[in-house]
Amino acid sequence: MNLFEIIGPVMVGPSSSHTAGAVKIGNLSRRLMGQDIVSAVIQLHGSFSATGKGHGTDRGLIAGLLGLDCDDENIVNAFDLAKQAGLTFSIDECDLGPDAHPNSVRMELYGNKGKGLEIVAASIGGGRIQVREIDHMRCVFSGDCPTLIAENDDRPGMIAMISELLTDRNINIATIQLDRSSRHGHAVTVMEVDNEIDAKDLLWLRHQAGIIKIIYLSMEENNNVR
Amino acid sequence: MYDSLEKICQQCEKTGKSFFKVVCHQDCNEEDLSEAQVIERMHKMYDEMRRSNASYDAKRRSTSGLIGGEAGLLRQRIEANQMISGDFISCVMEKALRVASNNACMRRIVAAPTAGACGVLPAVLLTYQEKYETEDEDMVKALFVAAGIGGVIAQRASLSGAQDGCQAEIGSASAMAAGALAYLEGGDNETICHACALALKNLLGLACDPVGGLVEIPCVKRNVIGAVNAVTSADLALAGIRSKIPADQVIDTMRSIGQHMSSDIKETGIGGLASTPAAKAWLKKQKNEYKSH
Repeated sequence: MNLFEIIGPVMVGPSSSHTAGAVKIGNLSRRLMGQDIVSAVIQLHGSFSATGKGHGTDRGLIAGLLGLDCDDENIVNAFDLAKQAGLTFSIDECDLGPDAHPNSVRMELYGNKGKGLEIVAASIGGGRIQVREIDHMRCVFSGDCPTLIAENDDRPGMIAMISELLTDRNINIATIQLDRSSRHGHAVTVMEVDNEIDAKDLLWLRHQAGIIKIIYLSMEENNNVR
Repeated sequence: MYDSLEKICQQCEKTGKSFFKVVCHQDCNEEDLSEAQVIERMHKMYDEMRRSNASYDAKRRSTSGLIGGEAGLLRQRIEANQMISGDFISCVMEKALRVASNNACMRRIVAAPTAGACGVLPAVLLTYQEKYETEDEDMVKALFVAAGIGGVIAQRASLSGAQDGCQAEIGSASAMAAGALAYLEGGDNETICHACALALKNLLGLACDPVGGLVEIPCVKRNVIGAVNAVTSADLALAGIRSKIPADQVIDTMRSIGQHMSSDIKETGIGGLASTPAAKAWLKKQKNEYKSH
């Protein structure tokens, strides 16, 4: 926490968790997609569905998917902007279960180049957010630093291979998480790193045996590879 | 970030630096930025506060339709010279309404410390600057004082209505603004801390009970009481009136009261004003409107 979380952020109201957090979730999802989103199925859980409409959670999510930041006064016009941008969407309620954060949303996104992404994310207070699930794989990351998400076969050596590459490029790993669907099934490796990973290296990783999918969250715009 | 006002004051004594510098330098360390960079950033926050007040439009309404036009009504009464409150307080009240209702109407604001309490600091600081023609530079220093107080509250208690009720949002904003005003009026560190303690004490126990869970009722009008309370608390402290309970202990009290509060009155929209017949009637009407859309 720093002083500008006390005096700040600059944001469009009315709620840091329900509005600013929603915009950030939309924006983060768009960056994970790395392409323009043409269709979105949005499901709101808990307090997001209960008071989301009055707080502009729905418009915030759409605004974020369109690339608006949480201080953009056009958030209020997000539905019109979506129409202009050719983004079709539906917004419904859902129940993500008792373990889900009260301010959670599940989204199915499709990009203009045909890519799809399923994401569950939560707004955890003060405008901070957390991704909780990507393509049915559990994970926890904030999107505050470059993040590599690798879906891979659950077998020895996968993490070693990724970390060797990062060592070679002198990239420090800030956090690391692992999860798997079943033994010898699919596993997901989430690494938050201190420096950007080069697009060429991401491409190389994607073609390694055992790697099923690479998703990368860049802090720089237009530098995403999937 | 400092976890007690006492420690900030001790650091001031030890280093001979002012309250504002101690808070500012601590942030420089934390974020690895120079003093000039951090001050520049705070200038931007102050500019945004000014902009959020200026951009008010009395014709605008919130999504729910519950909020809008209040500051316009107050302005009419001010212009008709009908206000019981004096000139300064009247202007503070108007600005608190302007900024807080901008928040409810999805306009840009500075969350300070939260979006729900965003009207308090601008109301007090912008009015002070208008009246005394203070330089922006000094207003920014006052914002650092406010941020230092807010930081301590965040460490010892919280700034979240969901965690500790409205006392943690409007109460904290008011304590921060009171300290900032005491600083602007030339109060020493002790006076700053007493202004903060007096302001927070007055709002201890305040429930977070918004109608429909929306940051509208009673939030917008509570910004007015938070701002006015900051002015009167600063005046008390500057007159030499002391809080017999030290500021850090008042903050701890806020935390313990927050822990005693039922979750019904902590931003859930279940208890308090949210459970009144009037609130329920409005919610029922609102649901039908959503269905018909």
